[in-house]
Amino acid sequence: MQGRIHSIESFGTVDGPGTRFVVFLQGCPMRCAYCHNPDTWEMNAGTLMTPEEVFEQYNRNKGFYKNGGMTVTGGEPLVQVDFLIGLFTIAKSQGVHTCIDTSGIVYKAKNTELIKKLDRLMELTDLVMLDIKHIDSLKHKELTAQPNEDILAFAAYLNEKHVDMWVRHVVVPGLTDDDKYLYDLGYFIGQFSNLKALDVLPYHTMGEAKYKQLNMEYRLAGVPAMDKNKIPEKKKLILEGIKKRRSEPGEPH
Amino acid sequence: MRPEWKDFVGGKWENEINVRDFIQKNYHPYDGDESFLADATQNTKDLWNMVLDLQKKEREAGGVLDMDTKVVSTITSHGPGYLDKSKETIVGFQTDKPFKRSLQPYGGIRMAEKACSDNGYEVDPEISEFFSTHRKTHNAGCFDAYNEEMRACRSSHIITGLPDAYGRGRIIGDYRRVALYGIDRLIEDKLAQKDSTGRVMTDDIIRLREEISEQIVALKMMKQMAASYGCDISKPATNVKEAIQATYFGYLCAVKEQNGAAMSLGRTSTFIDCFAERDLANGTFTEEQIQEFIDHFIMKLRCVKFARTPEYNQIFAGDPVWVTESIGGVGVDGRHMVTKSSFRYLHTLTNLGPSPEPNLTVLWSTRLPENFKRYCAKMSIKTSSIQYENDDLMRPVHADDYGIACCVSSMVIGKEMQFFGARANLAKCLLYALNGGVDEVSKKQVGPKYRKVEGDVLDYDDVISKFTDMMEWQADVYVNTLNVIHYMHDKYCYERAQMALHDRDVKRYFATGIAGLSIVADSLSAIKYAKVEVIRDEDGIIVDFKTTGDFPKYGNDDDRVDQIAHDIVSRFMTAVRRHHTYRNGVPTMSVLTITSNVTYGKATGNTPDGRKKGQPFAPGANPMHGRDTHGAIASLSSVSKLPFEDAQDGISNTFSIIPGALGKEDKVFAGDIDIDLNN
Repeated sequence: MQGRIHSIESFGTVDGPGTRFVVFLQGCPMRCAYCHNPDTWEMNAGTLMTPEEVFEQYNRNKGFYKNGGMTVTGGEPLVQVDFLIGLFTIAKSQGVHTCIDTSGIVYKAKNTELIKKLDRLMELTDLVMLDIKHIDSLKHKELTAQPNEDILAFAAYLNEKHVDMWVRHVVVPGLTDDDKYLYDLGYFIGQFSNLKALDVLPYHTMGEAKYKQLNMEYRLAGVPAMDKNKIPEKKKLILEGIKKRRSEPGEPH
Repeated sequence: MRPEWKDFVGGKWENEINVRDFIQKNYHPYDGDESFLADATQNTKDLWNMVLDLQKKEREAGGVLDMDTKVVSTITSHGPGYLDKSKETIVGFQTDKPFKRSLQPYGGIRMAEKACSDNGYEVDPEISEFFSTHRKTHNAGCFDAYNEEMRACRSSHIITGLPDAYGRGRIIGDYRRVALYGIDRLIEDKLAQKDSTGRVMTDDIIRLREEISEQIVALKMMKQMAASYGCDISKPATNVKEAIQATYFGYLCAVKEQNGAAMSLGRTSTFIDCFAERDLANGTFTEEQIQEFIDHFIMKLRCVKFARTPEYNQIFAGDPVWVTESIGGVGVDGRHMVTKSSFRYLHTLTNLGPSPEPNLTVLWSTRLPENFKRYCAKMSIKTSSIQYENDDLMRPVHADDYGIACCVSSMVIGKEMQFFGARANLAKCLLYALNGGVDEVSKKQVGPKYRKVEGDVLDYDDVISKFTDMMEWQADVYVNTLNVIHYMHDKYCYERAQMALHDRDVKRYFATGIAGLSIVADSLSAIKYAKVEVIRDEDGIIVDFKTTGDFPKYGNDDDRVDQIAHDIVSRFMTAVRRHHTYRNGVPTMSVLTITSNVTYGKATGNTPDGRKKGQPFAPGANPMHGRDTHGAIASLSSVSKLPFEDAQDGISNTFSIIPGALGKEDKVFAGDIDIDLNN
């Protein structure tokens, strides 16, 4: 079995706890307007590698990752669920902390074959970083070309499986910075006891150059970068939603 | 025991010159954190503002504020100089006032003249005449002895940056000896050394006896110089202030007489701490006072200046002094050597602000105390002013009283020294191998007329074979050029002050260096794994390359090319080892062009890896810019595969990273939610 690898970063410090070996998988069904890795979209590109080959690269420098671990991102890593199972089976056998950075878009509750695989994968996964782009499905579709129902269902699924979850949310001026939706996002994720952290990221325009290089149209051209000083207040809105949900009877504390 | 040594634990060091033994018996490892550190005093702030003001004036004046054009600098040539005598706890400048650069013609009168004229000054004609007619300089000596080949190699830059017109530097006196023993005891020791030489007057014995005599003169002058500042350094220091002052005077004498390519300080912080702990215990000084002494000491080190030419500054990317101070490390008995003064030295970066000088270098070990590691990380993030070196790698070779000269050259303080050897341009050597010794830029026959590459596509085995032969030639002419240089430097520009603070029989490292390692590794990888076609000019000289296909690039933890880099280092070192070295110096090699990579690049034609003529080399052992695509750890892993035993003078990797890539600025993660929810 081989995976399609976009690239490997040997020194990842922002994709999970500690210093991490980060594998970028090739291929993504989403078309997020602000994606800064459009070169990972194409499903049939990338370098073919086996889980053993990838893990061998991890192993060469494992001393650096002793307080971190391995993160698989993309692209959308769950597109290559079989490869992930292969890679994480080896990683877990060596006691490596495993993390998946995903949009959750692949999740289909009714696809029993997929669920079986995901069940297996979740046994091998220590942490999922779930990127929820927008809490409103219509807005989500405008932003990413996909609705969000499956993504939200995936969050519930992770909770059921007791897999730790960090929720990430990118705040884009005019697109995802609406106070009501931020509060709603918090209210939604507040119900999950596996939620361990919230990462609110300001939108930046550094991805734009890549689109030019790739000769692609950048849909957010002209949208300014998010003022990072405003992030704490945006985050506070999400936290208020979480707090509200958790103050309701029968919800986790 | 001498009264000055009261409360110290005695030992061998009392009866012989042995600073290491003193340190080991008397230092207190410190495991705590930085909370004890004291802020800058008002006097420190006032003095530092004066320095900042002088720096500003110097910049406005075009880089030089004042130069001495009349008085040849010696240990005692200038009267005392001050910033503000009433506020300085540690005193001493190179000349009679701060920021006035001294005149040091012994390395070469033309260099001294040019350093002046380029900055709008003129050396006194009498001095020019004297050093051109009556007193030969190091530079003149070198050119008297050079052969035609050496001159050709020098001007074509296949060997480059040679210290034949300026001070070689890279020698660290054990300046601590002045503080621990006082000058009188050191003179006694030198007299005994002189008395202990062999009686048959061979060249070596004659030279040694003359050198020791020079050293004794220097020691006497040190005492005299200190006295001009009202300080008596004839006897051991009695407290931490005197210890710092005496150590600094020792160093100051070195920089009064030598304008070396690197004038490093050694390893003083833990030594100084022995005095600081004694004074704290006895109530002699407070923490605030001790920090003030150290702040003032470091401030003085930041004011060391030399008269240099724009060309020199271009090679070294600025006007560096390389006042390297080595901090921390672990002792051979397993105790770490971090003391409170290790913190105090780094704390000067807070009290005085960030600075490249002195080059504060942490000898890093996995066994350093956690609190110190955290403090180092914090200060690095805050100031970007700390250099790190691998103590775990060097300790097995040099034990626990070595220091770093310049950026990476390790040597045992007071027992080992180095003949600095600049470097061989291996990228150019590869091009010479292809072109049968013809220089790709000047088109002159510089190297030997070996058979050049035939055909249009480069064959790996053929190139390796030719390159190996050409490296043998390059190493030969390089080592022999250095033999001339060091012979003449000893003869005409001897470092008497620094050598006075060494043992009689020092181990001399004969340092060589290479530049262009990553270019050569990638070029050979391209030849091996892709297809490289040559492009010749109208004279049949290969001047460019056409590379088809991809190839592994050094800096990605890929053994296919990393092994090539490893082998080049070993092969060149083997070639160096074949040769006779001046004064039986132990040959070593470095891969460390931290700054001169730009200059070397300018002098080197197109290379098979795709680098264009004139483009800079990567610094030191760095991968070429942008070719390491797997992140920092993979990049560093490639570098770490280079064999230290064949590059014992040091391997450097220049690494910069934006703070955001070292982790999130605010703590977004674990635990954060709970905290915010309780607001």
